[in-house]
Amino acid sequence: MLDRRLAAWDVYASLPMPTTSDEPWRRTNLRRFKPDNIGPSLNGTADAAVASVPDYLAAQLTEDKTGGLLVQVDGITQSYELSEELQSQGIIFCDMHVAVRDHAELVQKWFMTEGVPATDGKFAALHGAFWRGGTFLYVPKGVKAAAPMHSALWSANGKTFTHTLVVLEEGAEATFIDEYGSAESGSDALHVGAIELLVRDNASLMYASLQDFGTNMWQFNHERGRVGRDARLDWVTSAMGTRLLKAFQTVELDGQGSWARMSGLFFADGRQHFDLDTQQNHNAPDTVSDLLYKGALRDKSRSVWQGMIKALPGSQRIDGFQANRNLLLDKDARADSIPGLEIEADDVACTHASTVGKIDEEEVFYLMSRGIPRETAVQMVVEGFFDPLMQRIPFAGVRAHIAERIIEKVG
Amino acid sequence: MTALEIRNLHVSVADQSILKGIDLTVKQGEIHAIMGPNGSGKSTLAYALAGHPFYEPTAGQVIFNGEDLLEMDADERSRAGLFLAFQYPVAVPGVTVANFLRQAINARRRAEDPDDKGISIPAFRRLLKTKMDMLGIDHKFAGRYLNEGFSGGEKKRAEILQMAVLEPSIAIMDETDSGLDIDALRVVAEGAVRLRNESDMGVIVITHYQRLLNYIVPDYVHILMNGRFVEHGGPDLALKLEELGYDWLRELYGTPEEA
Repeated sequence: MLDRRLAAWDVYASLPMPTTSDEPWRRTNLRRFKPDNIGPSLNGTADAAVASVPDYLAAQLTEDKTGGLLVQVDGITQSYELSEELQSQGIIFCDMHVAVRDHAELVQKWFMTEGVPATDGKFAALHGAFWRGGTFLYVPKGVKAAAPMHSALWSANGKTFTHTLVVLEEGAEATFIDEYGSAESGSDALHVGAIELLVRDNASLMYASLQDFGTNMWQFNHERGRVGRDARLDWVTSAMGTRLLKAFQTVELDGQGSWARMSGLFFADGRQHFDLDTQQNHNAPDTVSDLLYKGALRDKSRSVWQGMIKALPGSQRIDGFQANRNLLLDKDARADSIPGLEIEADDVACTHASTVGKIDEEEVFYLMSRGIPRETAVQMVVEGFFDPLMQRIPFAGVRAHIAERIIEKVG
Repeated sequence: MTALEIRNLHVSVADQSILKGIDLTVKQGEIHAIMGPNGSGKSTLAYALAGHPFYEPTAGQVIFNGEDLLEMDADERSRAGLFLAFQYPVAVPGVTVANFLRQAINARRRAEDPDDKGISIPAFRRLLKTKMDMLGIDHKFAGRYLNEGFSGGEKKRAEILQMAVLEPSIAIMDETDSGLDIDALRVVAEGAVRLRNESDMGVIVITHYQRLLNYIVPDYVHILMNGRFVEHGGPDLALKLEELGYDWLRELYGTPEEA
């Protein structure tokens, strides 16, 4: 692992810091980003006020028990459990460091090789050099995980670098939720994460990544799912927090007949800046991808969604869809929506849609005409806007928490 | 006894004067029909009474329950007991019929008592089922997004369902018959009649045609042309209109263009 860290560092050192003249960074200016002014991670040793994980993060996912629960502060495990049932199924669900120690052969094979190599970019390389904490989930061939698993990753302060590596072997099935959060603080903080989702032939993964960092956080993420033959990846991502978020989220439909759905939900307010760069790469025939990202923006916040569907020349009979819908709640909020297609096959159905609009006053009036006060009516319209995505989040408790945050943000 | 008293009401839309002095008093239990050709100001009256910000009262008064209706926001008017069944109900994507109605009930309860916890889910379900059964509405309706993808008949039925749940003292039905075939019209009209018979609600039926009035028989008929009432009468007046059309009125009172 040390060799890999050093190699990643070399990549980091060789790459310039992205600027707005680089196409993927054209709408996200890092001029105010001063990494040298951000202290090191506090290693989970900060005072209880910032280091204690709030109740909602580690809440059980279902009325029964979550099958696996991993709670980390600054990448250091605070509590961990994995049900006997999941253990007896041969499922590995653990701290990434434990995985390096106890499952070296698996980690060597997949850690930053197929999913997010250090060469993906400046921040992927930085992550490769400094990663700490995060989750390793491995589901053996043909095993259907008996219960969902859940990681709660709290960043107390400073710089954090958690890594998620999920491997579902052939025919395996699992549901996994990653939740990220941090306390609001006056000094800048940094999170550079990587998420790797490897879904082998006929396997099926439901993965949700839910981020609610404080607004002092700068976040740079590289995330990639690879989907094998006839396999399925149902990927939900939500973003509520950070000062600035830049994420690269990519699905690679590698196997014939593979299917991926990407569902994104974000709500920016204040001066938050979210920049989401998505790719749906159809690398095989008969593949289906379906992307829906919806964002609401308040105050002087800004969002960028830049999406691309690519199809290689041999990728016939594919069906790719992408839609980005944005709701502006204030006149100073701004959303840029940039869909894209690069299709080299000829027998394809690829469509995209993007909208940026204000809240519909006729809807608000209609609700008010039934006695609902304006404030509640606006909340309902915004909640309604997100509802189709909320329905894709698998647990009522998680949905309820996000709904609360949406209402808080609508104000 | 609740009454709606409209006194010399003038309303403008985008600085253009549409209603030019409306006087009308509707008491609970009464059914008033307002008829008139297109462009006479019927829907403007409905929206102005409901408090749509686009419709600006420029003169006159409306007293509802002893209070100045025009000073109230749209939500306050509803909570005070006024209901508008929309000619074109608005789709609100992502908000289910059930969630919407529960919020509407809770808004009433919270206006009475800010600490109210809201209607319990089981009590709400019972209420909604009772009302849906009374109007012959499929229970699945409750889980659908409000007016989204509804047929014309479903939209109008949803309006009547809302009326049934909210139990207004005065309801305005704005061209509830428009866009409905005769079967859908009968279902919707019978639902409205049942509500009015059970609750002693006052009703203002705004319509272009007589056919809705075969089901909802008015006590009074008022004819609106060019922003003013030009004739008042009983049910016979509606029948006369059905027979003769609006031309004789145009000859008597002029077309909007000439006014």
